[in-house]
Amino acid sequence: MREIAVVAFGQTDHRRTSDEFSEVEMLMPVLHDVLDRTGMKTSDIGFTCSGSTDYLAGRAFSFTMALDGVGAWPPISESHVEMDGAWALYEAWTKLLTGDADTALVYSYGKSSPGSVRDVLTRQLDPYYVAPLWPDSVALAALQAQALIDAGEADEPALAGVAARSREDARANSHAQLRGSVPQGEYLVRPLRTGDCPPIGDGAAAVILAAGERARELCERPAWIRGIDHRIEAHGLGVRDLTDSPSTRLAAEKAGAFERPVDTAELHAPFTSQEVVLRKALRLDGDVAVNPSGGALAANPIMAAGLIRIGEAAARIHRGESDRALAHATSGPCLQQNLVSVLEGDAR
Amino acid sequence: MPEVLKAPLVVEFPFTRSLGPVQSAFLTGLRERVVLGVKTGDGRTLVPPVEYDPVTSEEIRDLVEVAPTGTVTTWAWNHAPRRGQPLDTPFAWVLVRLDGADTSLLHALDATGPDAVHTGMRVRIRWAEERSGAITDIACFEPYDSVETPEPAGHDGRFEDMVTGIVAPARLDYTYSPGRAQSGYINALSDRRIVGERCPSCRKVYVPPRGACPTCGVATVEEVEVGPGGTVTTYCIVNIKAKNLDIEVPYVYGHIALDGADLALHGRIGGIPYDQVRMGLRVEPVWTDGGRYPDHYRPTGEPDADYETYKELV
Repeated sequence: MREIAVVAFGQTDHRRTSDEFSEVEMLMPVLHDVLDRTGMKTSDIGFTCSGSTDYLAGRAFSFTMALDGVGAWPPISESHVEMDGAWALYEAWTKLLTGDADTALVYSYGKSSPGSVRDVLTRQLDPYYVAPLWPDSVALAALQAQALIDAGEADEPALAGVAARSREDARANSHAQLRGSVPQGEYLVRPLRTGDCPPIGDGAAAVILAAGERARELCERPAWIRGIDHRIEAHGLGVRDLTDSPSTRLAAEKAGAFERPVDTAELHAPFTSQEVVLRKALRLDGDVAVNPSGGALAANPIMAAGLIRIGEAAARIHRGESDRALAHATSGPCLQQNLVSVLEGDAR
Repeated sequence: MPEVLKAPLVVEFPFTRSLGPVQSAFLTGLRERVVLGVKTGDGRTLVPPVEYDPVTSEEIRDLVEVAPTGTVTTWAWNHAPRRGQPLDTPFAWVLVRLDGADTSLLHALDATGPDAVHTGMRVRIRWAEERSGAITDIACFEPYDSVETPEPAGHDGRFEDMVTGIVAPARLDYTYSPGRAQSGYINALSDRRIVGERCPSCRKVYVPPRGACPTCGVATVEEVEVGPGGTVTTYCIVNIKAKNLDIEVPYVYGHIALDGADLALHGRIGGIPYDQVRMGLRVEPVWTDGGRYPDHYRPTGEPDADYETYKELV
């Protein structure tokens, strides 16, 4: 199988609003950033794949406008997923495996500020039995958190600890939206307090993938994708055990995450309670640095936050701060769908 | 930097959805105050019922009635109900395992406060007064103190006048902001000027500007005023009257390359019989009082442009 690596990662500063920019205006500096890091031009890229959703900002076909930012004319080899950019990366990885391309540009962006994201996300739910009740994203996460508390696997102080650690770690991440000391606040939907929930904001991220020797030319220490897999669970919330994440566990197994310990894990857990579920599913112990970037609790640009986990894990390998890292992305309510990738750097 | 514009934007749509046989029986049952589950191959009863087994993907059709009473399996207190949610006073979101079911149903629980709710508490359905065959026929759940469990009547899921579809209205509210380049364009329109932006790399001028050059993939920043004169590069004759549009058909809609622009924009062409519009026709915008963009373009009377001058823009 072809060896494929993340060779560059870039992201915007994530902010509550970005009124002054259209999506392509927000995205373009990040695209240029990753191209500059590799010394490539847009015309050097073999395949381009993006992830976004029109529902967030209420703009039909916004991804076609965003394509202006990659210089899509004359026509390029391109694809888009209405999912987090982590899944766009999965498609690009597959494309590179086929040998059709040697390099891929993957990007994703989300502007949550124009709409009410708690309501927007209800539109992804079962349209017959669930969506007509408009259960918002925080409410569904709160049901999961209460199930964990009832099972004795978490309590409010433990959840507050996850929140505090994440934002403390985010002090070192200049792109993060919430950094340092953030009050746990009042209940938003009990048992979740504002501090247990991710900030709402706008942002974008981009990654460049390259295969084999091309990766070594473009990056001093490529972050090799040793395995990547994604799995989904039933859409019916009442069918699932909300205190566990069998899809994460299976994806991790298929990605080879359990073959050897990782030193770093970037988990896409927008709610504190979801980190508890993921740590259990991924069997992460105290030796693993979990979300040194601050994770989604520090910045959660929807549709990009999962890709950012892969990018952050890869960037640590690029910098020599990690040798083997796990990156996770999620989609759907209460960790319904999960992607796990394992990245490694060459021996130093 | 020009003023950043904002405007409310409501996206609203009634989704008409057809139902499969299991969903149809379940929602018709709710209309008749009967709750149905579906049996899986391994003997579990799923409520709400689905068309396919979530584990084996086997088609499942074996309906079974369950009780309108049940047990809370998890809950969350919602002190600030949002639009469209089942109750407009503070309530608990609950997953309820109805008596006779093996899985849980999401709904709202009407309770006095979070202290009155706990996992394991007994609840029962409060039916909506008007029911149509929808999940909202369950108004909500309410606490149920009796130890008695009503025995389901063993309904087989066949009803008169089965519900075969639902109409689910959806509405999302946004505050639209067009970004830097398009704000500049719209602000200029209010002064009856049309501006584009020039690509620093290939020097093309894009009108309306979108902030990026789609060929070079770089930001366009230099604002350039174009027009007011322009050339019709292509056109079509519209024969179907659009709803709410006060324009007599047939009329002409065209692509117009404004002088100085490297991209044609589109607009209605008036002030000339529809069958006399032609490629190369020289036109200019007509502004109306209170209009925020040109109402239409009309002939300037100049000689037609030579094809060579606009062929790259067709």
